Amino acid sequence: MTTQLTQTTGAGVVDAPAGPPPRAALRRRIGPRQTLANGLTLAWRNVMQLKHSPEKLLDVTLMPVVFLALFLYVFGGAVAGSTHGYLELLLPGLVGQMAMFATMGLGTALCEDIHRGVFDRFRSLPIARSAPLIGTVLGDTVRFCVVMIMLTAFGTALGFRFHTGPLDIIAAYALAYVFYLAVCWISALIGLIAPSPETVQGISFIWIMPLVFGSSVLLANTSTMPGWLQAWVKINPVTHLADAVRALTIGGPVGSHALITLAWAAGIMVVAFPLALRQYLRRA
Amino acid sequence: MTTVIEAEGLTKRFGATQALAGVDISADRGQVLALLGPNGAGKTTIVRILATLLKPDGGSARVSGYDVLSDAVQVRQLIALTGQYASLDEELTGTENLIMICRLLGFSRPAARARAGEMLERFDLTGAAGRALKTYSGGMRRRLDIAASLLGQPEVLFLDEPTTGLDPRARLQMWQTIREVVAAGATVLLTTQYLDEADELADQVAVIDHGLVVASGTPQELKAMTGSRTLALRATDPAHTGQAARVVAEVIGERPDITAETGLVTATIGDPAIVPAVVRRLDEAGIVAAELTLRLPSLDEVFLNLTGHPAENDDSERDRSVA
Repeated sequence: MTTQLTQTTGAGVVDAPAGPPPRAALRRRIGPRQTLANGLTLAWRNVMQLKHSPEKLLDVTLMPVVFLALFLYVFGGAVAGSTHGYLELLLPGLVGQMAMFATMGLGTALCEDIHRGVFDRFRSLPIARSAPLIGTVLGDTVRFCVVMIMLTAFGTALGFRFHTGPLDIIAAYALAYVFYLAVCWISALIGLIAPSPETVQGISFIWIMPLVFGSSVLLANTSTMPGWLQAWVKINPVTHLADAVRALTIGGPVGSHALITLAWAAGIMVVAFPLALRQYLRRA
Repeated sequence: MTTVIEAEGLTKRFGATQALAGVDISADRGQVLALLGPNGAGKTTIVRILATLLKPDGGSARVSGYDVLSDAVQVRQLIALTGQYASLDEELTGTENLIMICRLLGFSRPAARARAGEMLERFDLTGAAGRALKTYSGGMRRRLDIAASLLGQPEVLFLDEPTTGLDPRARLQMWQTIREVVAAGATVLLTTQYLDEADELADQVAVIDHGLVVASGTPQELKAMTGSRTLALRATDPAHTGQAARVVAEVIGERPDITAETGLVTATIGDPAIVPAVVRRLDEAGIVAAELTLRLPSLDEVFLNLTGHPAENDDSERDRSVA
């Protein structure tokens, strides 16, 4: 290399910055368009990582299969009298549950990633400060897609059928995705606060479990639950997500469930995103 | 000369450790400024502050006139940083890493691809372009790292220990690359633990110890300040050792040390110009030297001389600057 480089000396290995910098050309701030472009580039980075190590998708590939099979055959007879009847109820519920569980890997990955040298590089580049975080969250869309495809494909193989039109079905998954994106910021925040990736895992279970199981995900009829739990289930956004997805996939009135889910998503995003960003800038 | 890098009174504390205790440095356009010091001296902290990665507790720093705190966005458009540890994505390939950086710098997709290919070729990495970074050797990593830093044609390049851990050949290649970057007009700030590296590359050297600049100047000034070099001489024929010692004594006017077992004659000298005289006199006396070297003062000696205490290697700086 030495000789080769010697020959090219001055001929542009570095393409000299000719003269003083064009000061006027320096940008003073990073606009939202560039933030999005930077975020998408960094999301591409995450997708490439998954392409090189597809085994990272193993959890989201197997989780929906295992959960669907377990819940269906353990509770199906007892809850709905037949596994087929329960499948109609369970699969849309699991769309909500899986959207929650799919966010768990994000915090762990971020906690590991943040101390790698590449984040130093990102922070010394003239890009939006939030771009690495936005990229990580958007890149995780792959995990959401895998979980939903696996869940729906396996459910269909077991006999699940949609009873609504394509627009409703798209709306159901889109709603789950929006809620997923919002919850990702909670996961990111925890990943940025936690001292180690193992801690992230522990904390994630503690806050995700009550949301996922204290909901209408597994049972549409919650009247047998004690009063305090019914109250919790009613305010739990996962309940509204599950009910909205149910209505949009197997039919029935959507009511205000979709709007309440969207409101929750917006609320979570408004609170968790600035907190995560602040923690990232402080910690990194 | 325009001052491109300037820092005044930088202080930084990590918990109980005072990492920087008031650092002043400056570098002019097209210069190489070397921060010389042991691990834990505060070198990395200075670089991280100048590269906008870390906020100082006190003091101020500017790059090309832009304040690293209030004008960080502008500063980042002028600089590039190559850290001690690969500051690229371990899991992406060489090409993917460079394309990613190009895209972040605002290159269009085809332009990013073209620029990545061009730089990989120039840094002799075309063969490894499709492999994940984690499979690269230490030297290849640094080359890719530097290539990534040069994609955007930075005005100021920060290199944090660019040759630490490299084998001698890779080290020479890195030196060559740094010279080319400077020849192309960039200003370079590098940190190093090696005096010879600072001597080889730097126009200005700042010796850092315990968060302070304990000495600064050109390598020549610094060496003059730290005094001496060591002349080592060994005659091919051990019988000539005594005579060789006498020759050295006559030239430098002081009795050299003789290690009896190896026949090595060593003397501390201030002026390297006397070496030719020693060679001439040896030749006249018919003594053939098996070994004749002039060694720069080691970093330890520089430290001992400048600070009155030996350089301690403590690895805590790395942990601190990451925290």
